[in-house]
Amino acid sequence: MSGTFLGMPAFPRNAAAAVQDSQLRFNLRKATRTIRGKRAAVVGELPDWAALREAGKQIKDHTLRNLDRYLLQLEEAVTRAGGHVHWAADAAEANRIVAGLVEATGETSVVKVKSMATQEIGLNEALAERGITAYETDLAELIVQLGDDWPSHILVPAIHRNRSEIREIFRERMGEWGRPAPEDLSDDPRALAEAARLHLRERFLASEVAISGANFMIAETGTLVVLESEGNGRMCLTLPRTLISVVGIEKLLPAWRDLEVFLQLLPRSSTGERMNPYTSTWTGAVEGQEFHLVLLDNGRTAVLADEVGRQALRCIRCSACLNVCPVYERAGGHAYGSVYPGPIGAILTPQLRASGTVASRDRLPPSATGDLDASLPYASSLCGACFEVCPVAIDIPEVLVHLRARTPHPRAERLGMRAAGWVFDRPVRLARAQRLGGRLRRFLPRRLPGPLSAWTDTRDIPDVPAESFRDWWDRTEGGTR
Amino acid sequence: MRVALFITCVNDTLFPGTGRAVVTLLRRLGCEVGFPRAQTCCGQMHLTTGYPREAARLARRLTDVFAGYDAVVTPSGSCAAMVREQYPRLARTAPGPSFAEAVAETAPKVHDLSEFLVDVLGVTDVGASFPHRVVYHPTCHSLRGLHLGDRPARLLRSVRGLELVPLPGAEECCGFGGTFAVKNPAVSAAMCADKVHNVMAAGAEVLCAADNSCLMHIGGALRRQRAGVRIMHLAEILAATGDDPPPGPGAGTGKGAEAGKGEGVGKGAVR
Repeated sequence: MSGTFLGMPAFPRNAAAAVQDSQLRFNLRKATRTIRGKRAAVVGELPDWAALREAGKQIKDHTLRNLDRYLLQLEEAVTRAGGHVHWAADAAEANRIVAGLVEATGETSVVKVKSMATQEIGLNEALAERGITAYETDLAELIVQLGDDWPSHILVPAIHRNRSEIREIFRERMGEWGRPAPEDLSDDPRALAEAARLHLRERFLASEVAISGANFMIAETGTLVVLESEGNGRMCLTLPRTLISVVGIEKLLPAWRDLEVFLQLLPRSSTGERMNPYTSTWTGAVEGQEFHLVLLDNGRTAVLADEVGRQALRCIRCSACLNVCPVYERAGGHAYGSVYPGPIGAILTPQLRASGTVASRDRLPPSATGDLDASLPYASSLCGACFEVCPVAIDIPEVLVHLRARTPHPRAERLGMRAAGWVFDRPVRLARAQRLGGRLRRFLPRRLPGPLSAWTDTRDIPDVPAESFRDWWDRTEGGTR
Repeated sequence: MRVALFITCVNDTLFPGTGRAVVTLLRRLGCEVGFPRAQTCCGQMHLTTGYPREAARLARRLTDVFAGYDAVVTPSGSCAAMVREQYPRLARTAPGPSFAEAVAETAPKVHDLSEFLVDVLGVTDVGASFPHRVVYHPTCHSLRGLHLGDRPARLLRSVRGLELVPLPGAEECCGFGGTFAVKNPAVSAAMCADKVHNVMAAGAEVLCAADNSCLMHIGGALRRQRAGVRIMHLAEILAATGDDPPPGPGAGTGKGAEAGKGEGVGKGAVR
């Protein structure tokens, strides 16, 4: 994934800093709770939601099991429709392909539709190295780009910003990138949107190359599908003379009719709308526009090989799991050190990065994000809220626990767990340990030392009883004496 | 009915009053209660911290210990969910078919207390009396793991004198999460702060749940803040009858084990 996150500390440290940021906490609480309520309302009004969810899960699983076949079918259909298909094994290859295609047009700038795949591979940075400027056109991505910031949410990348912060970013930075914001810009959402609209319109009309991702690709017809809310996607997809789409190979659906399921699941789960305002579909090249499709693996095939972990590839990037996650709500997206934050990020990021095909691995030792990645499967209380809302039924807690087993553990923890296992292995050992605790209970300090201080920093420990249950049972013969 | 009590290691060691309450309650409802002494721990901590081999060993032990009972009852939604949801998964990867068979035999018989009362015994009025304002926190594993639904609330509403008040944001995790509480203490504490805030907003004297581990976490913060709300396991409220003495000075501080020592039963109210 993008080099931005290299060298970041592990999740607990990032999160500890984030929970102190009261502005961030306020923004996140307000935003996630609002969207959570909207989602619950529109999901609740569908009597067949459970069936839709099961269908979504099964279609995705079927596609993933037959990915090789469907990918070739897609390639053939896109080619037949006049498009060009490129295969990229990793981020570096994808970036090389895209940069080469842009250079071939002679242009030095591109407009972009919001796309997770291009963020995952660090495309904007890679293009900048080749002297090509990428302009983000999604409102929230624009805020992030102007603010020289990182996205912190899959759907709402600027969720950590409130509107007065956005006004400041627009006033200070917009002029450097194009049409400046008006001097008297207020923080009224309407005024902010209008400033962005005027700024972006000039960009759309001046651009010859656009780069997008896609929400879905239909193998049967070779059609790509983008769902969006702002119309910037429609502009990018239709106006420029060259369109390049970078899409993860797991975004496939076998047939057009499968969209029936996903066009219900996605908007309701993601923005909490019955239907999103703009749905664009295109098949191959159209007159006056050249079309290139870059199919991205970047670790996905390796994830597919893991029987438990592979369900993460069902993800349709709706971000319902982020909005409902109590850990995400408090830690924010940046703490996850990945373009995929929240519960899905906690299972997707370590798997994708572990594949060893990531661009950053070519430049830096594998430990660059190792500590962070090892901490991500633990960035969850396993409360299960993410699984409950996931529209394709990814059992995120199951994958988290699965990944925890594959993660290197600290030495002290290993010893502690081994000791606990030894005690629990024989009831007599447990009884002795309990009696020892009972005798020493008066000497138990209010603040525990070492790693256990993490408990007593904010919580009292319960008083240790003089007698365990099993000793009471023995002494009283089960309470009968 | 021959019922085995699966006490869980946390209750056995730290909350024996909850175990005594379950025994009292089940006997009052006509069950013969056994306590297989070979039981230790279900292995949940090992599994969720990333030690499946150790967890499988403990799972093996537990399924052997409880084979042959009509029903296994535990005052922990979390440990019940561990056995019912995770054991079959452990059995798939652990060697030996006999383990899978033992799991298939035992796991379905393991019930959380409120499931056992409502679904197996078919009672909601267990003859309890507890004249206090109580707020119930549905723990994640009882809510989203076991899908206990309104079973605990129905049991509590049938308790004489008890006023059940709603908890704002009830379905949100309290931030315990086993070793999560020490591996991610900052986020855990932030989650707990919101839970404590909601518990206080509910205006109850007693915070009740089906899991002492979550209660230990929320209760630990309540006690640190001198909040004046005490924690009680659901079993302790359901075991209480009008004959109980009023809560003593030790209430809410975990001293109940001493207060109840030697008297055995019905002391859940004075933890």
